[in-house]
Amino acid sequence: MSEEIVKKTDKNRPLQRDEMSKLQWTWKEMKRNKTAYFMLFPFLILFIVFTVLPVLLSMFLSLTDFNMLEMPNWKGVDNYTRLFLDDDIFMLAVQNTLIFACVTGPVSYILSLLVAWFVNELPPKIRAVVTLVFYAPSISGQVYLIWKTLFSSDSYGWANATLMDLGIITSPILWFEDAAYVMPLCIIVALWTSLGTAFLSFIAGFQTVDRSMYEAAAVDGIKNRWQELWYITLPTMRPQMMFGAVLAITNSFGFGAVVDALCGFPSVDYAAHTIMHHLSDYGGSRYEVGYASAIAVVLFIMMFASNILVKKALSKVGE
Amino acid sequence: MAAVKKLRTRGHRVVLNRSKGGDAGITFMLTILGIIMFFPMYYVVIQSLKPLDELFMFPPRFYVINPTFDNFSELFTLMSDSWVPFSRYIFNTVFITICGTCGNLVFASMAAYSLAKLRFPGRNAIFQMIVMSLMFHSTVNQVTHFIILSAFGWVDTYLSIIVPSMAGTMGLYLMKQFMESSVPDTVLESARLDGASEFRTFLIIAMPMVKPAWLTLMIECFKSLWNSGSSIYIHSEELKTFNYAINQIVTGGIARSGAGAAAIVIMMIVPIAVFVLNQSQIIETMGSSGMKD
Repeated sequence: MSEEIVKKTDKNRPLQRDEMSKLQWTWKEMKRNKTAYFMLFPFLILFIVFTVLPVLLSMFLSLTDFNMLEMPNWKGVDNYTRLFLDDDIFMLAVQNTLIFACVTGPVSYILSLLVAWFVNELPPKIRAVVTLVFYAPSISGQVYLIWKTLFSSDSYGWANATLMDLGIITSPILWFEDAAYVMPLCIIVALWTSLGTAFLSFIAGFQTVDRSMYEAAAVDGIKNRWQELWYITLPTMRPQMMFGAVLAITNSFGFGAVVDALCGFPSVDYAAHTIMHHLSDYGGSRYEVGYASAIAVVLFIMMFASNILVKKALSKVGE
Repeated sequence: MAAVKKLRTRGHRVVLNRSKGGDAGITFMLTILGIIMFFPMYYVVIQSLKPLDELFMFPPRFYVINPTFDNFSELFTLMSDSWVPFSRYIFNTVFITICGTCGNLVFASMAAYSLAKLRFPGRNAIFQMIVMSLMFHSTVNQVTHFIILSAFGWVDTYLSIIVPSMAGTMGLYLMKQFMESSVPDTVLESARLDGASEFRTFLIIAMPMVKPAWLTLMIECFKSLWNSGSSIYIHSEELKTFNYAINQIVTGGIARSGAGAAAIVIMMIVPIAVFVLNQSQIIETMGSSGMKD
């Protein structure tokens, strides 16, 4: 009763949320949080200019024939029809990318998870060392170039020397110039460098699981470590697994620099030609920006689609 | 009373659900995998210390007989006849890495604080966008990125690498998640009640509490910048990075494999040292890295 009176009499009283329109309320909240926007502003402006804008621009340019020199002409879906119907090398690139992503993505993910789980059983000091051994290749930049020495095409390379020493082959194999070996080798090198941020996230995830849950589980009839992993540990670290999956997908599709460094560009018979290479070829060398943008859009769609699929799959863990 | 099954212990802790056979199997697996992971790293170091005659030994040895630092000094003489002295490439990498990492630390932690601790309209939408950006590799954008950089007139300058890296989203994401889990709202509230401005609360209260996350953010940013190689945005030789130089040396063929290995060792020793010194803080930050769907 008295509240009603106050509402009617006190004209200077600030308005309550339910007395304002949504727009009014939002505006008021925005003014109240001025500082929040100020603090966000520098980052956000760079983020929009260098990440969001390029994505939107790709989508727009993919519908034109822009070539960096002339004004773009509207082409509709021409670039896409050309891509899927007339470009054999693109189809090869799609195939290679999918093979690559479907092998390195899941394998690196499972490897990160299992190694993190094994490492978690170790005493802290040893754990630190082992973590370093597995994590080091992923932070050491171009250390993967050593694979070029290990698998060099003369007899001074470790692989050729060993095989020749054992009498399995008589002349050196040209590892990175032979279409049959290029893809498997690139996959191995990619896996070697793939225990990165996601791996650390898993290690941290295993450490945060509450020990008392294991005790309770043992009482409830969990019999071995695999059951414990599936029913107790993994469900509690689902957020980490999601994060790791996102990174694994990103890396497995974004792979290109390693292939360039190891096999040169273009790789022999396009044996390790991925969509990313096709993109740099048209965008960076031929300046067919419109066409390159269409390639980029296809790659975006593939990455997002696999993220959605993986999200669905991960919600099944522990059931 | 029924006999109580004897529980296995490790040290003085009881371990449940761990069979001896399983432990042995896992140790075995981990050893094999560890050797595979470690071997190439070890081989780089060995190669970099080998004198010329040992580099050409058949079959190649996995140890050095007469270790020498000649390969390292050769790096500087090898590149002395090129346009740009070798030290310039190192300077470029160090300069780009320091500027980019510092910028990213300042911008991303301010943004992380406001996303983690302040409630304002648009907050969720912005964070969702940042999470989405983690889902694709930045090289997808390279073409349109180039167009934008050339519109600014930044192509072939340091700015083309430094400024975009300041908006690296991985560091921001980890920082924001860590702030959410380890900076209690009550502490911030009491600072505000004492009259501290929002910015001061951020600087004096929140930032010191998330030191592990600073380190992680810095390493994430450092990692990508330090390893940035030949970029399509840079053409001038004197602006190119160390990584680009390594590539040139290594592709130079067998005669340079010692120098190449030496360059790789210089390159990898820095991030590894940074990680070793900060491992526990990084793992601590990663504890909150999870993504809620």
